[in-house]
Amino acid sequence: MESDFLETLLLTFKLAFVTTSILLVIGVPISYFLAYTKSKLKPIFETIVSMPLVLPPTVLGFYLLLFFSPESYLGRFLEESIGFKAVFTFEGLVLGSIIFSLPFLVQPIQSGFETIPKSLIEASYTLGKGKLETFFKVLLPNIKPSLITGVVLSFAHTIGEFGVVLMIGGNIPGETKVASIAIYDEVEALNYDIANRYALVLLSVSFLILLIVYTLNKKVRV
Amino acid sequence: MIKIDIKKRLAKDLLLKVNRVIQKGDFLALFGESGAGKTTLLRILSGLERPDEGKIVVEGEVWFDSQTGFNMPVQKRKIGFVFQDYTLFPNMSVYENLLFAKNDRQKADFLLKLIELDKLKDRYPHQLSGGQKQRVALIRALMREPKILFLDEPLSALDVKMRSKLQDELAQIHKRLGVTTILVSHEISEIFKLCNKVFVLEKGEIKKEASPFEIFVEAKVASSFKFDATILDLKEEDFLCVLTLSFGSNIIKSVIPKEEAKELKIGDKVLVSSKAFNPIIQKIEF
Repeated sequence: MESDFLETLLLTFKLAFVTTSILLVIGVPISYFLAYTKSKLKPIFETIVSMPLVLPPTVLGFYLLLFFSPESYLGRFLEESIGFKAVFTFEGLVLGSIIFSLPFLVQPIQSGFETIPKSLIEASYTLGKGKLETFFKVLLPNIKPSLITGVVLSFAHTIGEFGVVLMIGGNIPGETKVASIAIYDEVEALNYDIANRYALVLLSVSFLILLIVYTLNKKVRV
Repeated sequence: MIKIDIKKRLAKDLLLKVNRVIQKGDFLALFGESGAGKTTLLRILSGLERPDEGKIVVEGEVWFDSQTGFNMPVQKRKIGFVFQDYTLFPNMSVYENLLFAKNDRQKADFLLKLIELDKLKDRYPHQLSGGQKQRVALIRALMREPKILFLDEPLSALDVKMRSKLQDELAQIHKRLGVTTILVSHEISEIFKLCNKVFVLEKGEIKKEASPFEIFVEAKVASSFKFDATILDLKEEDFLCVLTLSFGSNIIKSVIPKEEAKELKIGDKVLVSSKAFNPIIQKIEF
């Protein structure tokens, strides 16, 4: 029982960690693009990124299930070509979580980029610095609070998600059974004290994470 | 020598059209009303904006040529640009801001000494006053030994005292380093103090090119003071009329013969002029 409990928590944090790491790599460029694009299609891109904010998680999970199931073309293709299975696997959970947590990372970082005055970027250009150097040495260091907020929010959100995970991951111990599912499971089985332990851990972790964000942001802000 | 021959459409009825030559070492002012295209011209020369057509040649080096389609990117042009709003990088100290422009400690130390800010080199921008920030921005723009230094109303956000100090410093730096400098400014006194040449821009075109003295003194002043005022009050007393006038932030009382006041009423705009024979002039101490 004890090892089961730890295994589930560990899996939950592993999922959050992997999801957030991948999100950071793909989310920061997306935020940069959305903040500076002059494309007329910008509202469409923004809508797509923000969809998970309003969409019921079960809807997203349902479509993922549909698109990636071994019966679908895409699912079969992915499985046969690179051996990627999305349904009822940890990788599938990561994929679902990335899509579902994307707006939580992109929105704070995008608004961080947008608050940087254009003249600061132009100043860097007039000092002979290219776009890449300006991005890493001027932009990123000056939106630290937004970066922290984005990372923590998407991390915390991944820990807490339920609907997508349930739809696409199911409830396989050690593979796809995360804490939020476990709580549901234990309550259904009337194991209130185990459910209570999970709930307490999630509650404390959420509180601590948010506390750290707000303390850090206060310190970092210039 | 800088040869400029460019055109850029700014609005439906506004075409920026400039065909001029600037001599090396000039301290040039771009003067004119807002919307005349001063800042755009500065941005075009620096490479932050692209003209529709034309050519820019700086000391024999082509920076822009619409015929060959060549546009040297802003990063490649040897320029310094000082913006209105300081633009120091908040994540870097004063010293790091300078070294970001060019990793040359000797040069950074020299420039810091020049403006007497060497003691503040480890401070961060938020720990500096507006004047100090702008002085750091100025020497940061000089780190790469620019061929042209662009100043886009750099002192407009500062108070009068700081502005005057910075003007002195700018004049000194220009004298010492001899960098060709182009300043956008609304302030006639500032232009007088700093520049040896003025382009007067009106609706996208340079209407006049001359020294500040020729433009602001000879043309306008005929040994008299003139200013626009509004009549606040008008009181008739015996054969005189007492006028209360406001101009700028001042309110003055003046007396004119009753006859002359006949056509005037409260709220009228009037032109007040006086011969400059015997004014009382005092230096303003800050």
